[in-house]
Amino acid sequence: MNPASPDRVVLDPRFAPPFPQAALPVLRNPQLRKNVAHAIDVIQAKRGKLVAEKTDWQALRAAASAIRSHALEDLGTYLEQFEERCTAAGGVVHWAADADEARVIILDLLRQENAKEVIKIKNMTSAEIQLNPFLEANGINVFETDLAEIILQLGDEEPSHIVVPALHVNRSQVREIFARRMGLEHLSDDPKELTNAARTYLRQKFLNIPTAIGGANSLIAETGSVAVVESEGNGRMCLTLPHTLITLAGIEKVIPRFRDLEVMLQVLARSATGERMNPYTSLWTGVTPGDGPQRFHVVLLDNGRSSILAKPKERQTLKCIRCAACMNACPVYRQTGGHAYGSVYPGPIGAILTPQLMKMEHAQSLPFASSLCGACYEVCPVKINIPEVLLELRAQVVNQERKLAGRIFDPMYMGLRVANFLFSNAGRFHLAQRLGRIGARLFTRKDGWMHSLPSVGGKWTQTRDLRGLPSQNFHEWWAARDKGAK
Amino acid sequence: MSLQTVTSMHASLFITCYNDTLFPETGRAVVRLLERLGVELEFNQRQTCCGQMHANTGFRFEAFAQAKRFIHLYKDAEAVVAPSSSCVAMMRDQYPGLIEELGNEDLRREFEALLPRVYELSEYLIDKLGIEDVGSYFPHRVAYHASCHGVRALHLGERPYKLLAKVGGLELVPIPSAERCCGFGGTFSVKNAEVSSAMLAAKLQDVVSTRAEYCTALDNSCLMHLGGAMHRQYIGMKTIHLAEILASTQADAERFPVEATR
Repeated sequence: MNPASPDRVVLDPRFAPPFPQAALPVLRNPQLRKNVAHAIDVIQAKRGKLVAEKTDWQALRAAASAIRSHALEDLGTYLEQFEERCTAAGGVVHWAADADEARVIILDLLRQENAKEVIKIKNMTSAEIQLNPFLEANGINVFETDLAEIILQLGDEEPSHIVVPALHVNRSQVREIFARRMGLEHLSDDPKELTNAARTYLRQKFLNIPTAIGGANSLIAETGSVAVVESEGNGRMCLTLPHTLITLAGIEKVIPRFRDLEVMLQVLARSATGERMNPYTSLWTGVTPGDGPQRFHVVLLDNGRSSILAKPKERQTLKCIRCAACMNACPVYRQTGGHAYGSVYPGPIGAILTPQLMKMEHAQSLPFASSLCGACYEVCPVKINIPEVLLELRAQVVNQERKLAGRIFDPMYMGLRVANFLFSNAGRFHLAQRLGRIGARLFTRKDGWMHSLPSVGGKWTQTRDLRGLPSQNFHEWWAARDKGAK
Repeated sequence: MSLQTVTSMHASLFITCYNDTLFPETGRAVVRLLERLGVELEFNQRQTCCGQMHANTGFRFEAFAQAKRFIHLYKDAEAVVAPSSSCVAMMRDQYPGLIEELGNEDLRREFEALLPRVYELSEYLIDKLGIEDVGSYFPHRVAYHASCHGVRALHLGERPYKLLAKVGGLELVPIPSAERCCGFGGTFSVKNAEVSSAMLAAKLQDVVSTRAEYCTALDNSCLMHLGGAMHRQYIGMKTIHLAEILASTQADAERFPVEATR
């Protein structure tokens, strides 16, 4: 049994339990909650400091937002431009309409190479299409090379964050995983020792496996170049040592010009890891004879993105640069971590992206997994108004569900319908207030508070009391005062 | 020192659904406070709700019906004052979208003419009346909870702190991570009751660490959440809307202790 999560984590939105249910085992797990809160508090503090030192932060944010919006408005043109320039430089561009197509394209490419093993750079898009289990099932051994991804892979863990995917695992748990899987009985939990163990494990893979799969932080239309940013240098190894490189990227990753990177790199590093500049930034264009991979493929994945693009309010979801600032700032994520979201994309961005990628057929509980506090929007470096999209998706879910017979007698749906009926007429509202006052007496204790309510109210009183209803409402007080004055 | 007052100012109160039903003392405090400052108040008995609960739960048609109702009831007001930042945020952030989707041109015009005259209480005092010292006296240790909608939707910034700084006898103590959500979130608190409770527990820890006697805010919704847990856990701290602190005077303190009974 693995130490960090006693209950099996499901990150496939088609099969994951709804958010409130999936959150329960996490809420009961002190180790996991401590790890998550500690990790994001550290990143948040670093980010806060580096954003504060940037006096033009709001201008940078506006510029980053404008670049992303502009790219999406003319996405077709920029993608074709990228394809043309990348192809001219010796790359091969493939188009995948969905996860199935992308997986098959990648498997075919690996078979052409006779690859039995492949090394990987951390890549959220490959997690989205569940590439690893597919390749493994087809006889190809996949080796992750990002430290956190190694921890997850060796520990049979699921990612809980998009930038620091193993943030729910602490140092002693890493020691246990490495000791067990690398056969290093006497390994201590000293970070230096752990890093050395990973380095030894990795070096062998880098030197022996000639095929790599990676992702892209940006695809540059103007030059046909690909940019990857990372912290550990494992990415640089995967991008330079192998003979064959396959890049899997969502179609939204394109930016128009090379110089746009100037803005994107500044906001990304500060937002993601709280650094002025990320340690490794790799940029390449097609293939260069005698230098780096000689065969280079780009697989451009749609997988639901076009349909998001077509909707004016939801389109902004695709501006996301996967920095994770929203989840680091999110008070919900701070309590639940990533697994409760039942998707490889957790946190506020996951709450809007996942159900849309699922065409609103799955993950309908996610748009409701937010208190709408707005912290995500405040920190988002490309100004995605996440609360606005959450509300739009909530309305879509309600419009789907309100027609269902089962929902007619659902207490929440009934309650909201009745509330609307009452609010639409002050006389009705006031009558209901008076009746409610009488009804509430049944539940009000001698101390003047309600400690236990039925139905939906019971969800409130499971952890909070509610003060008994006052004997005079405000409008009654005002009316009495008016009368007294006359 | 004499109290700074205003003349020929009129305002219409919007005492939103849950404040009318559950927390009438807040509305009464707003009346005492603004009348003391010389504002002539009106209250329309037909007012009910801004529609926020429906909008935030995805019930857009219902939310629009309430939005339309609010605009029609208040379109002729000189100023509208609401002691609830989330209701004002609802109007500023969500009414435009609801009107665009479900309304018409006339309604949009009426709304756009009305919106600049809608104030959250601290905005009304500082921006419209230009008064920071409202002549209040509240000799207690108080922690201010900066509610999400006040901070991130209305950008109230220093306004509540400026008001609190001028309250006689009041000792303000900062809450660690003051701008983090308390976990209420309207129907979120029952739809995701357990996660909401975990957020509440974290917030409560920060609030209790201040060892304040009172926790105050500009939203009774957050206070209902925090206060409900304080009562359940016998924490011995009370919640009080900022309007009630601002309404309290030296004479009140001598005659009777604070009106709050929650």
